[in-house]
Amino acid sequence: MSVPRSAAPAGVTSQQRFAPVAGIAAASLVLVVVGGIYMASYAPRRPPLGVPVLLAVASGVLLAVNVVMLARTRGLAWDKFFLVGRWALLSYVIAAGLIEFAFVRDHTRGGPLVVLTAMLVLFAVNVPLIISFTVARYQSARGDAA
Amino acid sequence: MTDTRVDSSSTELEAGAEAGAEAGAVVPPRPVIQIVPLKGLPIVAVILGFLVASIGFNWQWGLDFNHVAGGGLWTGIDLFVGLVVGPILGRLSIPARAEFSARFMPKMVLVMPTLVAMTLASGFQLALDLGNLKASSPNHAWLMVSFVVVGIMAVIALGILEPANIAVLFEMRKPRPNGEVIGKLMKRFIYTAGVTGLMQVATLVIMTRVASQ
Repeated sequence: MSVPRSAAPAGVTSQQRFAPVAGIAAASLVLVVVGGIYMASYAPRRPPLGVPVLLAVASGVLLAVNVVMLARTRGLAWDKFFLVGRWALLSYVIAAGLIEFAFVRDHTRGGPLVVLTAMLVLFAVNVPLIISFTVARYQSARGDAA
Repeated sequence: MTDTRVDSSSTELEAGAEAGAEAGAVVPPRPVIQIVPLKGLPIVAVILGFLVASIGFNWQWGLDFNHVAGGGLWTGIDLFVGLVVGPILGRLSIPARAEFSARFMPKMVLVMPTLVAMTLASGFQLALDLGNLKASSPNHAWLMVSFVVVGIMAVIALGILEPANIAVLFEMRKPRPNGEVIGKLMKRFIYTAGVTGLMQVATLVIMTRVASQ
């Protein structure tokens, strides 16, 4: 999925082009945030789940597409990707856990809790993905050599 | 994520240092860059523990403290960085920007997510407790607008600001940091900090409106 670096004028540094993993992860994050806002806007009532489920599924599809694109990426600094990714994941799993705790504490149960949990999982995966990919793309061997 | 002394620099950074040396100026040593300041983690843990306890026990003062202190600092820092520090930083030379960022950004990696967590988690709990989220509440519409504003800020902060911040720190840890990459990422950081700063003005209007109804 990686595209060869385009020719750059002498003295101008260019970066290797990668698939838009960070952009797609951000789009997936936007869907989750919109779904979260939609559900929160009904609190303390039980929200209708059609729209949030649709948004969560669309976000999940984008994440799956992203994972496939990422797996096909060549030239990425994978060591940095995993180094940053695991710490960021730990941090955002804790953050997502805090949010889940607050909702469970406020008696969110059943379907809404399942949808909310799915959204939090997507949130906790997408943000570390954006951070680690952004770091790794600028640490890539070809980008570094430029 | 350990300390690394960065001992060399990009062409632009070197050029800046050489120009300084030629002019007889003392070139300061490159700063030690720690991406996550480990000494700050216990403080973050205590704050988050306090937040969880406040929510868990529905502790009114704790919720108020987390929301007011966290929100005030978040808004203040966002406005100050976006509208005061950012434009100044944008006019500095790349070596000066790099040196400032090496000391400033690791602190932001810990400070901002902690403040955001304090503000949002306690704010939602307060809104529930005070009945402001009920559709019949006069504050309901204002809070929905604030959710949207916070949602936009969250996507900007999590999707652009924080990744750029951490990528700059990694770049500066390289034996030969790429000045162009640092400049590009810093520009992204500065512009988005400005946008979130302006959105904080909207938050101030909404929150003062909610508090006065």
